[in-house]
Amino acid sequence: MNKFYHSVRLDPDLCKGCINCIKRCPTQAIRVRNRKAQINSKFCIDCGECIRVCPHHAKQAHCDGLETMSLYEYRVALPAPSFYSQFNNLEDSNIVLNALTAMGFDDVFEVGAAAEIVSEATREYIVRHYKGTPFISTACPSVVRLIRVRFPNLIANLLPLKPPIEVAAQMAVKRALEKTGLPREKIGIFFISPCPSKMTYVKSPLGTERSEVDRVLAIKDVYPRLLPLMRTVAADAPDRSGAGKIGVGWGRRGGEAGGLFTDSYLAADGIENVIRVLEDMEDQKFSNLKFVELDACSGGCVGGVLTVENPYVAEVKLKRLNKYMPVSRSHMDEETRPIVDWTAPVEFEPVFNLGTTLEESFSRFNQVERICRKLPGLDCGSCGAPTCKALAEDIVRGEAREQDCIYFFRDSLQKLSGEVTAAADYLAGPGRNRKEAIHILQDCMVRLADEMTRMAAPEGPGETERGRTEGAVRTDRGQMEGAVGTERGRTEGPVRTERGKTEGAPEAEPEEERFGRKAD
Amino acid sequence: MAEAITLKYEVSPDDFTRAGEASSDVKNKLKQLGFQPAVVRKVSIALYEGEINMVIHARGGVITVEVSPDFIRMELADVGPGIPDIELAMKEGYSTAPDEIRSLGFGAGMGLSNMKKYTDKMDIQTELGVGTTITMVVNVT
Repeated sequence: MNKFYHSVRLDPDLCKGCINCIKRCPTQAIRVRNRKAQINSKFCIDCGECIRVCPHHAKQAHCDGLETMSLYEYRVALPAPSFYSQFNNLEDSNIVLNALTAMGFDDVFEVGAAAEIVSEATREYIVRHYKGTPFISTACPSVVRLIRVRFPNLIANLLPLKPPIEVAAQMAVKRALEKTGLPREKIGIFFISPCPSKMTYVKSPLGTERSEVDRVLAIKDVYPRLLPLMRTVAADAPDRSGAGKIGVGWGRRGGEAGGLFTDSYLAADGIENVIRVLEDMEDQKFSNLKFVELDACSGGCVGGVLTVENPYVAEVKLKRLNKYMPVSRSHMDEETRPIVDWTAPVEFEPVFNLGTTLEESFSRFNQVERICRKLPGLDCGSCGAPTCKALAEDIVRGEAREQDCIYFFRDSLQKLSGEVTAAADYLAGPGRNRKEAIHILQDCMVRLADEMTRMAAPEGPGETERGRTEGAVRTDRGQMEGAVGTERGRTEGPVRTERGKTEGAPEAEPEEERFGRKAD
Repeated sequence: MAEAITLKYEVSPDDFTRAGEASSDVKNKLKQLGFQPAVVRKVSIALYEGEINMVIHARGGVITVEVSPDFIRMELADVGPGIPDIELAMKEGYSTAPDEIRSLGFGAGMGLSNMKKYTDKMDIQTELGVGTTITMVVNVT
């Protein structure tokens, strides 16, 4: 299993190399290099912010297509609680569930039903284990991934219970096996997802060794197919629902915490707010809180990037549906109790460390400080890094150069033009011969062209340095998916000269591997 | 031998919107340097308490943090009123914070005791009407 699998990917053909995504990424995982964005696999938590802000739709969520339904003999749909929030005037979730069977699913199992079981397990867990520090919800995979790389001191606070998607999948598999007698591989468990981070969970789960979900479909793909079918559902269609207010409530912010029957909780949504809460939790600023619900998307799961409805409108629709529901329809029993607990621990991944040893980190830290003092501090993003400090860190890690800073570049051009003027003055003097004059000017032009070439081609001397010092880190990085735009970078540089090609090209590959993530 | 790192922060008086900025910055830097999470935790809690104290009681001051691979040494120097009775001030739950500060959720009387609890060495130099300098050390082992 790839520890750093990602469902958020870049389509290099659509990327224009603008700075929208690098500025909004909460973990500073994106850089623009060779005029294309590149996502650092280790920093990325698949929150989907870049998908939301990319004006060119170059960032995409990798999900399974509807055609994968034909790969299985018996298909079970697992609609997320947020799914119901997408439909107008929906007063009965059963309409959605029956429409799913009309779409070709043999059975449906509401994730909201499993959510009610997880709520119950959480209530029990808190009573048994609460020692004054709050537990953090583990339902949002992006939040768990964020804590894994950035908040090691809070790993102990993670609620060690499986998310509803997993509990639902396990229960659905069991029911399908009993009902059909088919071998497991002929049964397809399809989660209908509001966000790419659930896809990441399925491919590379935290808290369990492997997920029982076989395929992840995007709400936005299922939605248009389902709409016409919903209108054909008969009034006496069989009751397939297993979730009440508590389960369906999980689809919006505060829903999970609401199922705990306590006021001693905090619920934060939106990844930047989530980070602020985690920072404060680290400093032990909250006392007497029992539970912290954190949702990477604004509004909770209804705000996922694979949904079609505005998250705030979706929240209203979910509340409307909620009105006519019983509080809860599913309960934990002796059969479900054992499947809720985590079966694998979450371990800290120190990906943001400056160096591999304290010694190396210290030396790099001081270098970063020195470089930062030289940079303009405007955080303009023109170099392809989100902030001047990020550029300084990239330089120290050997992944960028000072000249990538447009202000540095401007200064060296100014210096060069001063030299040209001085040369011209000299040549205008008496007794200079023409040949010498041409040589001096040629020299100036070559240096100018060099400067421009460097501007267009980030790969340079720094690359060799990195190759030497970062050996250990690189082996790991070798596993990363695909290279982005290497060829393009080489052929499309705007002012590329012959010299530029021979200087820059040979070291280009590792750079691409490091940040690359291709859309297959 | 790694070069030692010195971090310096001016803590502004009575500005609660900025209180905690210094300790937060130190925390993030220690994380980036790759210190053990437990060490980062001790330093950030102790420093946060100290920083808040400077804002509440001492009209701000200067925080100097010396970071080396073996230890982290924090010095919090202010020119505030000084501490009349250190022993009493160290008691858990004892606080001289005024009501308006308590209404903000501060002043629980755990500041100094937490600072001692989370550090390996703590020294308080104080003179009434002159100021207080608190030095704390967290060892990296």
